[in-house]
Amino acid sequence: MDAVTLSRLQFAVATYFHFLFVPLTLGLSILVAIMETKYVRTGIEEYKRMAKFWGKLFVINFAIGVVTGITLEFQFGTNWSRYSKYVGDIFGSLLAIEATVAFFLESTFIGVWVFGWNRLSPKAHAVCIWLVAAASNISAYWILTANSWMQHPVGYVIRNGRAELSDFWAVISQPYAILMLLHVLSGAYIVAGFFVMGVSAYHLIRRQELSFFKRSFRMAAIFTVIFALAEILVGDIHGKEMMKSQPTKAAAAESVWETTKGAPMYLFVVPDEANERNKVEILGIPKLLSWVAFGDSEGVYRGLKEWPKEERPPVAITFWSFRIMVALGMLFALISVIAWLKRKNPENSPGFLKFLIYCIPLPYIALALGWTVTEVGRQPWIVYGMMKTSDAASSVGASQVGLSLAAFVIVYSLLGIACFYLLIKNARKGPVPIPALDR
Amino acid sequence: MLETIWFLLWGILWAVYFMLDGFDLGLGTLAPFIARNDNEKRIIYNSMGPFWDANEVWLITAGGVTFAAFPTAYAVMFSALYTPLLLLLFALIIRAVALEFRSKGESEGWRKLWDVCHFLGSFVPALLLGVAFANIFKGIPIDQEGIFHGNLLTLLNPYGLLGGILFVLLFLVHGALWLAIKAEGDLETRAAKAASGIWLILLIVAVVFLAATWFATGLYLNYLSNPILLIIPVVTVLALLATRLFINQRAFWKAWFASSLTIVGATLFGVVGLYPNLLPSSLNPAYSLTIYNSSSSSLTLKIMLGVALTFVPIVIAYQIWSYYVFRDKVTKDDLASDEAY
Repeated sequence: MDAVTLSRLQFAVATYFHFLFVPLTLGLSILVAIMETKYVRTGIEEYKRMAKFWGKLFVINFAIGVVTGITLEFQFGTNWSRYSKYVGDIFGSLLAIEATVAFFLESTFIGVWVFGWNRLSPKAHAVCIWLVAAASNISAYWILTANSWMQHPVGYVIRNGRAELSDFWAVISQPYAILMLLHVLSGAYIVAGFFVMGVSAYHLIRRQELSFFKRSFRMAAIFTVIFALAEILVGDIHGKEMMKSQPTKAAAAESVWETTKGAPMYLFVVPDEANERNKVEILGIPKLLSWVAFGDSEGVYRGLKEWPKEERPPVAITFWSFRIMVALGMLFALISVIAWLKRKNPENSPGFLKFLIYCIPLPYIALALGWTVTEVGRQPWIVYGMMKTSDAASSVGASQVGLSLAAFVIVYSLLGIACFYLLIKNARKGPVPIPALDR
Repeated sequence: MLETIWFLLWGILWAVYFMLDGFDLGLGTLAPFIARNDNEKRIIYNSMGPFWDANEVWLITAGGVTFAAFPTAYAVMFSALYTPLLLLLFALIIRAVALEFRSKGESEGWRKLWDVCHFLGSFVPALLLGVAFANIFKGIPIDQEGIFHGNLLTLLNPYGLLGGILFVLLFLVHGALWLAIKAEGDLETRAAKAASGIWLILLIVAVVFLAATWFATGLYLNYLSNPILLIIPVVTVLALLATRLFINQRAFWKAWFASSLTIVGATLFGVVGLYPNLLPSSLNPAYSLTIYNSSSSSLTLKIMLGVALTFVPIVIAYQIWSYYVFRDKVTKDDLASDEAY
């Protein structure tokens, strides 16, 4: 394999792994902040125990999220130096702003929060976790703005042999970025909601700490249902934006080969890239695809054949990732509505609770698939329509990249195992017993 | 002008990173040699507990600012230093995880494993950062396309290694002083002893390094043409001497601040000597990356300056506050809490 392919694989490994930890951080920080706020407001000790228990799981997860994020930033320089040189004027500044504005805030106050339970007033302590939650979400905004710029570059001119910033406001306020932010954040909140519901379910089935986990479950159920339903709406709007700004990705996501007016949606499709057609297309609903994509059943859906082969993304991966992601999104809405209906006495539905435990990984999978659509669907471009991925890599040797890729796989696998071991261990153990009962 | 401001800010960011993460990395390197039991190890871990994460963000910001303000230099520097940088990242990853995971498992094997990781994750970055910066001061073989003609061994030249050793020693003294501040009784005394012992080696290596710099780099040229700038190395050396003085007086906070000033001064000595180069080419001075041929557009530099001037003072304010909150020694109560490392 050449250095470009290896670098792509390495970036994929690093990103997928990083994004196993980030979404839980984004969502759980908010849930913990709500718990602690309730403690400060009501004085009910159980809320404090909740904040501590879920906070501990949060912190285990947070550490890996932070350090695996650094490798992403550095890889732009190590593996994608031509890209960095060409677009650093815009892309680099977004990353630098993220660190200055958000990451410092997050990392400083997480330290104060974890170690400061006895050193700060309850109110000040609760403010710390809110700052952590706010900072991690602000951080998501800057990172996603940077990614959106790769999907849909705006606010630049080509000058001095590179892309230079011409309109900062256009870069940070473009609809693609805002929609992507809402899309990713909702997804992350669904991850956190399912995580809290799943872990609570484990204890509720065993009737341990009943009141503690009922409260947790209820809070998570309300949180999840809001964002699972919102995600359908946001996903739809984001999809419509993608139609406009990235037509090749949209065509690949639905595996549409011929440009069609009033395109139908097939419930089951198997793409056949080699022959530029679909092997299977069954259960078609006339005009539905055009209606979903444009809000107009007579809309013209551009097919992949409009572009030369070398400008099309890999179809099968993009298509399947998109399909399964959408199906999972629908499923999350359904499950979270059921969970919301059962929020008051979840312990009476042990079958459903058991099912919820097995649901914990699903939102993670949905997010990984979503990123696959985003990044693979953008190919062959690293910056859509501007720079090809094949022109973006560093001139480092394939053997060097091969070695570092192997190191990434090994180190990350071991870390993953250690982290999941700790998470599962601490999640199963449940909250620290109340001292009075302990004696 | 804008480029020069950003060059200085760039240098200061790295200097602050070395000053702050320096004590974590140094103490992590020192830990296996000074801690005698699990309790002492936990004091070490908890002494940096509330801070290490925020300290590391200075590295991310320094990296990000290199990317934003000098994208060409970022691209060339990071791809040329491919292997050492990835080693640095892996080391920092296992350090972070070691800190976070170690005390969340009870078995001896589990803790030993993470102790080893913590040592490697502290020592390796300290060494590599020194090697990297010494090579930047010296210049590396890059051609006019910015392509690096060398390998890891090119970087492990005598001057590079000397820089690595210098950094490790600077951080060791800095970390030992931090432990003297945070620990009580016997451990405090041993930490102070370690600090003054290592200080002597540091002094010798620093003198050798300053002399080697004369032969291996062009850093002194800026100082010869602007003698006023010599105040930087002079203050640095005075700060290094003051460190020892304060250790003898058992004024550990003062010694730590003097050591901080030493680290900042040493970094700025190199950076100011480098100006206006960001990465000199050892093949041909014409291929060197300077602040002029590798900076961002002036619009980007202006926006970034606005962001930096607004937010960095805020960052500094709340970080000082966080150090103030946790200014006391690590106590038994701290170790007993459920959140402690």
